[in-house]
Amino acid sequence: MRPVIPYVTAALLFGLGVYGVLRRRNAVLVLMAVELMLNAVNLILVTADTTARAVLPHSGQVFALFVIVLAAAEIGVGLAIVLQLYRLRATVAVDDVPLTEPARPADAREPAAAGRDREAGR
Amino acid sequence: MTGADLLLLALGAVAVGSGVLVVTTKHLVRAGLYLVICLGALAGDYLVLSAELVAWVQVLIYVGAVVVLLLFAVMLTRAPIGASDDLDRPGWPAALIGGGAGLGLSVLLVDAYRWGSVALPDAGSAERLGEQIFQSWVLPFEVLSVLLLSALVGAVVLSRPDIGRPGPARDGRPAPAEDLADADSGGRR
Repeated sequence: MRPVIPYVTAALLFGLGVYGVLRRRNAVLVLMAVELMLNAVNLILVTADTTARAVLPHSGQVFALFVIVLAAAEIGVGLAIVLQLYRLRATVAVDDVPLTEPARPADAREPAAAGRDREAGR
Repeated sequence: MTGADLLLLALGAVAVGSGVLVVTTKHLVRAGLYLVICLGALAGDYLVLSAELVAWVQVLIYVGAVVVLLLFAVMLTRAPIGASDDLDRPGWPAALIGGGAGLGLSVLLVDAYRWGSVALPDAGSAERLGEQIFQSWVLPFEVLSVLLLSALVGAVVLSRPDIGRPGPARDGRPAPAEDLADADSGGRR
């Protein structure tokens, strides 16, 4: 088995993932590109398990399993954030997201702040 | 070139080809389906590399759960059916950085491993990996389970509008006087 073949595959997949994250505007597509990068790392880990002689056998595969679990957690939280973004802004384009605090407070917070003011004035 | 090499080459070509389609296609749903092909080819790679358990976990979790979640998100965000033109931002920097990362890593790895050959180790069956996880890696395993739980709770809190956010998000009406205490504690949390 020539380890260079899966290694190069993984390197190319990682490059594709970086390209996708930087290129795509849609947040769901950005998450898909992140999955590509995570899978490239998994492939590296599994291949390294065959080439490197570690003290503990199959460490690379155990790490790959851990990364898969992390990816599952990441995708759950990431999609919750994307759906919340869609609910608030009705868009999932990542370059429409304002990175600074908006001048006008967001609608969801206004009445509570007003309530606090009223309470403070009492 | 042995049979394993040919299989690795073919599966790698499928994975990279469908990966290219994932990041270039103009159809949102098709991107998800190409991702299935890419992840399936990687599972085949794992099988050839004698990582049985990882391959099946890949099929179960990635192809079974993660892609389904992504397709759910595509539907819930009302993605257009058919091609859409506003998916990409103009991006030669993306091509530069992505291509640089991919080719740079390739050069590095090719330089490190040349055309050398190694023997495949024992198959990573569920029994062997289970022994490893529950003997040598118990602590990371438990930490990971706590992390999964917190991610689950975090996702639930994020996606429910009535938790952790001041009251009026519930139905949009301004908070009446008796709701004030409740809304305030929600705001500070």
